[in-house]
Amino acid sequence: MAVVKLQRPKLNLGEKIYFGALIKGFFLTMTHAVKTLRGKSVGAESLASSGLGVTMQFPEQRWDTHMPDYYRGAPTLVTDEQGRERCVSCQLCEFICPPKAIKIKPSEIPSDDPWAKVEKRPLEFDIDMIRCIYCGLCEEVCPEQAIYLRKDYLITGLKRADMVHDKKKLYEIGGVRTGLVNKWNELK
Amino acid sequence: MSDTPSATAELKLPKDHAAEKGMVNVQIDGVWHQFPKGTRMIEACRQAKITVPHYCYHPKLSVPGNCRMCLVQMGMPPRPAPGQEPTRDENGYEIIGWMPRPVIACANTVGENMGIRTQGELVEKCREGVMEFLLINHPLDCTICDQAGECRLQEQSVQHGRGVSRFVDMKVKKPKNVDIGPRIRLDDERCIMCSRCIRFMDEVASDPVLGFTQRGTHTTLTVHPGRLLDSNYSLNTADICPVGALTSNDFRFQMRVWFLKETPTIDVNCGTGTNITVWTRENKIHRITPRQNDEVNSAWMPDSHRLNFHYIDSAARLTEPLISNSGSYSSTSWSAALATAVTQIKATPAAQTAVIASARMTNEELFLARTLAAEIGTSLVSWVTRTGEADSLLVAADRNPNSTGAQLILGAGVPLDQIRDGVRNGAIKSLIVLGDDLITDGGFTAEDLGQLDFLLQTSVLANPTAEHAHLVLPSAAFAEKRGSMINLSGRLQRLNRAVEPPNEAHDDWEIIRDLILALSGDKNEVHHIEDVFKALAENVSEFSGLSLSKIGHQGTPLLETGYQIPLLANERTRKAAGLING
Repeated sequence: MAVVKLQRPKLNLGEKIYFGALIKGFFLTMTHAVKTLRGKSVGAESLASSGLGVTMQFPEQRWDTHMPDYYRGAPTLVTDEQGRERCVSCQLCEFICPPKAIKIKPSEIPSDDPWAKVEKRPLEFDIDMIRCIYCGLCEEVCPEQAIYLRKDYLITGLKRADMVHDKKKLYEIGGVRTGLVNKWNELK
Repeated sequence: MSDTPSATAELKLPKDHAAEKGMVNVQIDGVWHQFPKGTRMIEACRQAKITVPHYCYHPKLSVPGNCRMCLVQMGMPPRPAPGQEPTRDENGYEIIGWMPRPVIACANTVGENMGIRTQGELVEKCREGVMEFLLINHPLDCTICDQAGECRLQEQSVQHGRGVSRFVDMKVKKPKNVDIGPRIRLDDERCIMCSRCIRFMDEVASDPVLGFTQRGTHTTLTVHPGRLLDSNYSLNTADICPVGALTSNDFRFQMRVWFLKETPTIDVNCGTGTNITVWTRENKIHRITPRQNDEVNSAWMPDSHRLNFHYIDSAARLTEPLISNSGSYSSTSWSAALATAVTQIKATPAAQTAVIASARMTNEELFLARTLAAEIGTSLVSWVTRTGEADSLLVAADRNPNSTGAQLILGAGVPLDQIRDGVRNGAIKSLIVLGDDLITDGGFTAEDLGQLDFLLQTSVLANPTAEHAHLVLPSAAFAEKRGSMINLSGRLQRLNRAVEPPNEAHDDWEIIRDLILALSGDKNEVHHIEDVFKALAENVSEFSGLSLSKIGHQGTPLLETGYQIPLLANERTRKAAGLING
């Protein structure tokens, strides 16, 4: 490998006394300080500033309205317009999940259920949000359009158990999703 | 090539070399092989390490040739005109004339100088066509189908399917989720009419209850009216079903197969020693399937044996050593339990102590049981014989998996009746019962056991004998240990560990070793099950030269007992008659 020898630049006297640069920096800082006090910080608009400067005062002010459509938040389960839970517990998400955050216990749908034809649904569906890395592979792999990453990002809890989303919680966050393929419906 | 006909007549051609051995030369994908006469083309390809996709063909069943998936291109040398010498290549093989139409590889046998092409445009087109037909009416429910992951249709759809359907009409509706038997569920829409299950029930299980009704795309698999698919071999139909039409009620919707770890081991429910695969995930057994061994169980196993694994993680499972305090039991540590055992065993004269081993134990455990009896100084060693009704296929009357091993290692032993009488007349005061349940299987009564000064029981499950024991030690179930057993026909086979024993339960050989060490006070020199087998091989001449790893997954013949497994006799007859291949 070729060795390139670099010559240090020769500094003149003014550059050797670095005090001049300090003054320069001080003026730059002061310019921004004045702009901030006048409410004219650079980028305040696009960064959703809370007022003074560009900082968003987080718990009080939220980023929510600025979130892009492709934002990947908490994975959730959805129901469709007929109120059917989309998940059939095929366990592909459990298989693909890189941090092994998903745990599913399948069960059979009883024959008196209106959706008995689907035969299978999860008895338990747990996503460990401490493990989840929000990669979205579960959504991508789902053959039933049942699992979607929502924009929820504030997943907090006081105990480890609080951080495990069970089936009930997942449907609560996920809600109803319309316009999906209804392959299990009876054909007319 | 320049040889004159008279010169070649002196030379031996490949066909002459093959004919001397009763073989024929076959060219498969451009490479010449030799196979015995009468080999099916599909088997020849399999032996040449080329898989021909198929659904209906099964080496242990007759060949109906109805799925059409195994179509290959075939060629034979053209028949020479009268007086014409066949043209040969430089190696002496005749030039193959390829047929323009495909043939099915499963129902045709190989012939001299035959050519088979399993690849190429014609074959690929055929497979794609057959796949498209099969998928026309197949439902898109891989997401809920238990067969997904081990479905031949799924696999071959990936390789030869189109990805999208050109079919615009409605799919044919058929019965779904049909209850055709106590252990099997039928989904007719998924059925691809390969008829494997029908042939199995007819030819192997000799209970022909399945059949097709209707015609064409409406062909439906049904059970005979008024009958159920309730044979003790019914679950084998779910194994051989290439799609998810027949699924096991027991395994239904329990776990997807791609999560499961396979462990090859053997069944312990009877003396046949059926070879099995245990499918586990996260230390839980989800199902058991037969594993092919043509010297033991062919490719099948009885349902009663297959489903007998749920006890392993049941509530009755013993998970820690229990010590009796006048009626109630409290859990204790292993060291305290062993100390109690030693005190109690030493408190009784050796002549009043008996060891009841079990023919459910492995050879290694039996050998240690023999060592334990020698350490105690008693010659009263016996085991419990358990019998049941035999069937004409795989279930043996002897319900102990290792009676042959017990006889070999323990010798004739003392009759169990003699020990029972000894207990009744007070000659025997102390019993060490390794694994067996004396009240249920051994003819003992609760009063008999109540007379004892000391009763030690090792057991997997809580049982009536353990309720009278002074010390209960939790041991390992068959899927939790390594070791070897000898089946009724004298074949040495190996158990492998599929799951870990729960909590404080120990492997049986470790329990007996610890007892021996606690009694003798020696330093432990047996750290591994292999060490036990080594000691066994040194002491019992039949095992000399063997080790656990040398046994292999298919077992190794050890003794000549003269016992014939009925299923194998049936199979050999059918093979000799040319009905089946494998």
